[in-house]
Amino acid sequence: MVIWKFQRVFLGYKRENGRAGTRNHVIILPVDDISNACAEAVANNIKGTIALPHSYGRLQFGADLELHFRTMIGTGKNPNVAAVIVVGIEPKWTKRIVDAIATTGKPVEGFSIEGVGDIDTIAKVSKKAQEFSMWASEKQREECPISDLWISVKCGESDTTSGLASNPTVGNLMDKLEPLGVHLCFGETSELTGAENVCAKRGKTPEAQEKFIKTWNSYNDFILKEATDDLSESQPTAGNIAGGLTTIEEKAFGNFQKIGSRQFIDVLEPAEEPTKGKGLYFMDTSSAAAECVTLQAAGGFNIHLFPTGQGNIIGNPIEPVIKLTANPLTCKTMSEHIDVDVSKILSRQMNLDQAGDELIKATIRVANGRLTCAESLGHKEFVMTKLYRSA
Amino acid sequence: MTNTDIIIHDEKDNVGVIVIDKVIPEQNCECWIMENDKSAKIQAKNEIPLGHKIAMSDLNEGDTIIKYGHDIGKVVKSIKKGEHVHVHNVKTKKW
Repeated sequence: MVIWKFQRVFLGYKRENGRAGTRNHVIILPVDDISNACAEAVANNIKGTIALPHSYGRLQFGADLELHFRTMIGTGKNPNVAAVIVVGIEPKWTKRIVDAIATTGKPVEGFSIEGVGDIDTIAKVSKKAQEFSMWASEKQREECPISDLWISVKCGESDTTSGLASNPTVGNLMDKLEPLGVHLCFGETSELTGAENVCAKRGKTPEAQEKFIKTWNSYNDFILKEATDDLSESQPTAGNIAGGLTTIEEKAFGNFQKIGSRQFIDVLEPAEEPTKGKGLYFMDTSSAAAECVTLQAAGGFNIHLFPTGQGNIIGNPIEPVIKLTANPLTCKTMSEHIDVDVSKILSRQMNLDQAGDELIKATIRVANGRLTCAESLGHKEFVMTKLYRSA
Repeated sequence: MTNTDIIIHDEKDNVGVIVIDKVIPEQNCECWIMENDKSAKIQAKNEIPLGHKIAMSDLNEGDTIIKYGHDIGKVVKSIKKGEHVHVHNVKTKKW
C-alpha cells in the first residue's frame, strides 16, 4: 500500500472539454512543409504564439497520411494548447484538421495560402493570432485533481545508470501515481527488443498482450526487411556504448524499469488518444526521442518524464519535458539540462522511494508552471513520424 | 554502511555495474545486490569506468550474460572473473 504524502491537486488550465493543461500555448500549426514560412512569420509578429514548423504534409497517402493527420489534430487538441491557428497551402486538408480540433470546443481557425500568397495570409493570420493570444493571456490556473495529469515517459542517451536508478525512479512514480487515476504512457517499440516477451506479460488482458506482441512483431519484421546488416550501429547508440550498455537486450531491460510494477491496459497506434480510461498505455513509437515525445503529446499527454544517462537534451513545444539522471558525471557536466538529480541512488545515499518522491515533487511543480530546463533553453523539437516515402 | 563500488541488479546476474568513477586492476571492490540487499566482494582485473560491467564469474564463449535476472546477450570471447564485460567480448542474440 502506497502512502500518498503530497497534495492531490495541481494548478492547471481547465479546458472546454474537461481536460486540464499544464501550459497555455497558442500555436500556429502548418499543415505542410511549405506553410512553415507563413506560420513562423506570424509567430514572429504576434507575441505569445509559437509556430510548429515540420518537414512533411505533402503527397503522403494511406496509413502514413492518416498518421500525419492524427499527429496534427492531436497536437491541436492537446490541453496544453489554449487556441490554434492552422495554416496550409490548400483549404481541404486545412479544414479537416480545423474541424477535428474544434470538437474540443477550443478556439481554432484555418487559413490557406493558395490564391492569396504569403504576405496577405500572414496579415490575416496575424490579426486572428493576436486575438487568440490576448484571449489566452487572461486564462488563469485553477486547482485541478492530480488525475488530470496525463504523464508520458521515454528515456534517451541511456546508460547503465538509467537501468539502475533513473528509470526505476520513474517506475516508482508510476507505482505511486497510477492508483490516483492518472493516465500514463510508455512507448519505444524498438527499445523493448530482448524484453518483448517479458513486456507482453505486463498486458492486463489477453487482448492487450496479443496486441503488444503483434505490434512488436510487425516492427521486427520491418527491421529484418530494411536492415542492411544489423542495428549494431544504431542500437545501442554510440552514446549508450560509451555509457557501458553492450546490447539491445540490456538496454531494453533497463528501459522497461520505467513502468515499475504496472500493467498496461491497451496498445495505442502512434499519436492515438487513449479511450479506455485511467491507467498505463503502451504506444507504438519510434525510440528517437523527439519523434516519440511528439507522438505522445499528440496522444493528449500533458507532462513528460525523460530519464537520461549520458545526457539527451530534448524538449517539446507543447509538452514540458522533465529530465532526470542518475549519472553523476552528466549531473556535473550538463547541469543546465537536468531537472532532477537522482545520482545519490548509486552511492546508496538515496533510495528509490525517496527518488520517486523527489520526482513527484518536481512533476507537480512543473505542472504548476515551473519551467523545465528544456523549456528555459528553448528546446521545441517537433518531429513528425513518417512511415514510408510519399507518392 | 561500507562504500559500494559495484551494484548487481539480481542474485542470478553474472555481471555487476561499476558505480564509482572507475575501478583499477587488483582493486578489491564492494558489491551490493539490489534484489536481496546482500553484499559480495570481487577483485577487479582491468580498469573499468563508471557504468561499465565487471564479470562476477569466469565466462566461456557461448555463455549467456545475465543482468536484471534476464538474458542480455552471449559471450563471444572468454572472460575471466573481474574483467571488463562490453562490446569486445559480448554480442546481442538479436539480429
